[in-house]
Parts: sequence; structure tokens; C-alpha cells
Amino acid sequence: MKVLTVCGLGQGTSLILKMNVESVLQSMGISGADVENTDVSSASSMNADFIITSQELSETLAGHSSTIIVVNNYFDEEEIKKALEPHVS
Amino acid sequence: MKFLHRSLVSLTGQATTPEDAIQEAGELLVSEGSVQQGYVDAMVRSFKKNGPYIVLAPQIAVPHARPEDGAHESSISLVRYENGVVFGHTSNDPVKLVFALGATSSEEHLELLKRLTTLLSKEANVVKLLNATSYEDIEQILGGTTI
Repeated sequence: MKVLTVCGLGQGTSLILKMNVESVLQSMGISGADVENTDVSSASSMNADFIITSQELSETLAGHSSTIIVVNNYFDEEEIKKALEPHVS
Repeated sequence: MKFLHRSLVSLTGQATTPEDAIQEAGELLVSEGSVQQGYVDAMVRSFKKNGPYIVLAPQIAVPHARPEDGAHESSISLVRYENGVVFGHTSNDPVKLVFALGATSSEEHLELLKRLTTLLSKEANVVKLLNATSYEDIEQILGGTTI
């Protein structure tokens, strides 16, 4: 499973999201997921199963072939888990 | 590496617009020598270009730029706005805590983000930051994590 976490620059907030997504996937017992952080313009030409990002940037990525998952609070592992569950379990 | 040092924290932010708030939090990094002024300008440009996605959680914004924009040292500052600043985020406005991130490409950058995440993942810590009356209150939450 390939997952992209996306922010405007691919350096800061997407890295925070990546760390929390990895931690949530681990807690859900899902192993072997490849989580990569990147910027929004690179993401538009990359392939992945899922893209996790904010509401604002998801609009920029509309039409992307990956399933886009929106997270509003990047620090809330419960919210991230709820957002991921319907897709990965 | 500097994580919320005393000189990098202000509880009395004056800005009323997101651009000024990013400047104000960025200036703390400049005065510590962690980043160049050009890096702060790049943070503001990035906000204008990419919008309010840097509001990562209710009341919390984490503006940053690229290491090559002029960051010398991994560092995080904090400016608190008691009345909040509207960044234009759909669900997380108004912003009361602005953490400016001096992003380098080193391992320290990762370490710093981990510390920030650990701090902000606990709702109780966010409440304490919002209600702190002095740096000592913040020091207490940071516990042994201040560098």
C-alpha cells in the first residue's frame, strides 16, 4: 500500500502528518504501508493508493487517480484513524 | 537545535492578519540567528500561494518555508494571540498559537517535528499553552523536552 501525505512544500506539515499516519497504521496492525511525504505539485503527478491532506489542498488535487482522504486536525490520531478505517481495514 | 527556548516564545502577539502573524513568529527565529529574513518572507509567500493549510489543528498554525530559503538551524518559535487571528481555514480558525518552523534538511528537523507532535498530540498541553500566563507555565509542559 502506497500512501502520500501532502502539504504545500513537502517539508514540514506533510512530515508531521506522515509521522502520525505511520503511528496510526501501526496501531491498526497494518504493516507494509509505504508512507511518503511530498509537496502538492509533485503529488499531482505521482501514483499512490491514498493521498492524505488538508481540505484546502484536496481541492487542488481534485481529479487525481488516488483516493483522497481529508484530515482537519493533523495532531489528532483518533481523527486520522477514523478517516483511514473505511479505506484500509 | 532550538525548541521553544525562552527567547523564542511570546505570549503577547500583536498581529491581526495571518501575514503579520507569520512575520511576527518568524522574527523571533531571525533574532536568534536561526533563519534569515528571506526565510520569513518565503513563509509569507508560501502562505499566500498555498493558502491556510498550515493551520494543522484547531487554533494552531505551523508556518514554514524550505531549508534553501535561508534556515541555518532547526528551530521552533511560538507566538500566542489571545484574540485569535483569522487565517481563512474552513474548520480550524481562529488561530491562537503560531509555531514558526525553521526547517533544515537535517536529522534535527525530524527530531524537532517529533517533539512538536508529541507536545500538541495531547489536548491538555494545548489548553495549557492557550492559558499560560508566563514562560514558566510553558516550561512546565515542556518538562525535560526543552533543549
